[in-house]
Amino acid sequence: MIHLKGLTKVFDEGKQRVTALQDVSLEIQAGEIFGIIGLSGAGKSTLVRCINMLEQPQQGEVVVGGVNMTKLSKSQLRESRKRIGMIFQHFNLLSSRTVFGNVAFPLEIAGKEKASIRPRVMELLELVGLADKADSYPAELSGGQKQRVGIARALANDPQVLLCDEATSALDPETTKSVLNLLQDINRRMQLTIVIITHEMQVIKEVCDRVAVIESGRIVELGSVLDVFTAPETETARRMIRGVIDLEIPDGLIDSCTPSTTKETHTLLKISFIGESAGRPVISTLVRECNVTANVLFGKIDHIKDTPFGTLVVELIGSQADVDEGMALLRRHGLEWEVLKGV
Amino acid sequence: MFNPVVWQMLTQSLNETVYMVGISVLLSELLGIPLGVVLVITDKGGIAENRLINGVLATVVNIARSIPFIILLVAIIPFTRLVVGTSIGTAAATVPLTVAAIPFVARVVESALKEVDSGVVEAAVSMGASTWQVITKVLIPEALSSLALGVTITTISLIGYSAMAGAVGGGGLGDLAIRYGYQRFRGDIMLLTVIVLIVLVQVLQMLGDFIAERLNHK
Repeated sequence: MIHLKGLTKVFDEGKQRVTALQDVSLEIQAGEIFGIIGLSGAGKSTLVRCINMLEQPQQGEVVVGGVNMTKLSKSQLRESRKRIGMIFQHFNLLSSRTVFGNVAFPLEIAGKEKASIRPRVMELLELVGLADKADSYPAELSGGQKQRVGIARALANDPQVLLCDEATSALDPETTKSVLNLLQDINRRMQLTIVIITHEMQVIKEVCDRVAVIESGRIVELGSVLDVFTAPETETARRMIRGVIDLEIPDGLIDSCTPSTTKETHTLLKISFIGESAGRPVISTLVRECNVTANVLFGKIDHIKDTPFGTLVVELIGSQADVDEGMALLRRHGLEWEVLKGV
Repeated sequence: MFNPVVWQMLTQSLNETVYMVGISVLLSELLGIPLGVVLVITDKGGIAENRLINGVLATVVNIARSIPFIILLVAIIPFTRLVVGTSIGTAAATVPLTVAAIPFVARVVESALKEVDSGVVEAAVSMGASTWQVITKVLIPEALSSLALGVTITTISLIGYSAMAGAVGGGGLGDLAIRYGYQRFRGDIMLLTVIVLIVLVQVLQMLGDFIAERLNHK
């Protein structure tokens, strides 16, 4: 749906030249929720603004729904923008217009007939759950409500794509959740492609299918959210993930394990599981089928969208042969593990 | 002090002031608002950025604003004669008043429009709004409250300027105060005109504040 090819954008701030994007290529599929995460100043806002040409890249192409945005005349660009909705961190609602007037605004811009505007606006307000606020002014609304108005406004002209620029960054965690749920609901119901720019890993974890990690104007990591979260390749990604999913094993845990004797082996295993393997009772199978004792020392399970994943630290106690057999059994069940101590 | 002659002079002068200021406010807003809009949209980062046009207009506005009104009043006499056919009288005084107020209005409008959140303008552009749509549907409606205060400021300033209109026989309250109150030592007339002016300015300011408050939904 969105195809970015070799985007480069340099800002000329007087004597200083700031490279916001450097040869960024990206393909976003129709119907997916795609996340772009990076620290502030990484270039993510510039990237999303290039999709609807609010920023013109110096090099590269932007193709949205088969239309090459970089090659359009001014009036063609205006037409194309009507099919790309956008919501903002600070909502950017017109303070002089009521909620109704704000949602009607893009329809007026598109030259829709007056008679057709009213039912469409009411339908949209119904969708975002604000039909009763139609005559209120933005100043009378809460942050979450303002963003709902923003979403209704962005959807007015039936866009193919919805761009979200830090759309939840000014909201509290609970409101963030409800706005994200609304976006997910819209994505499923309308098969709308959604691009989410954020610095909050929590947002990516909650709703995105795929994610790109951007740093200093380059995409350093790209993949399904599950892959990036469970096996981050770059330090940047690892650092950001740590904030939302802490699977680090507490210090001192390893030392607390009893040393092996000649009769008994004590092996400390860190088992990682993703998806369906998390649902299977592998530990009890292990204890039943192999002659070992399992002592669970630490465990954490989290969810990414609907997929569970987690880490378990287990101490296996038994004869060397039994422990080896136990570890083989875990492999057969599709679990990844590493030995922290013993063997 | 309250004899019918004084009363009649006072009402006539008030009428002249209202006439001069009214017409010049109307005309200067009509011409100054578009000028202010152009100053904003052609500015750096504006929706129709154009450094050349912006630079030229800003310079012209600055030059016009640096000329003292009393000098402008006589300097443009040929132009005044061209427009109203005469250079003397109340109607003639409206020409320099308007000319002086246009750049003033342009700057007031400019600062009012610059208060509009740039994010809102960006949102409109992202929806495919044209420059004209951004001006008429975003910039002006969003700045309406500030613009109302701007009109109030312009009107009150023009009342002050109109006092000098006596120099070209324009009449008005200021002229009455100078000719009778000052030159003929009629302290009572001086006092009366000042009181009328105070009341006039007070009422205008209250009206302007009231309208601005009604237009403000922030």
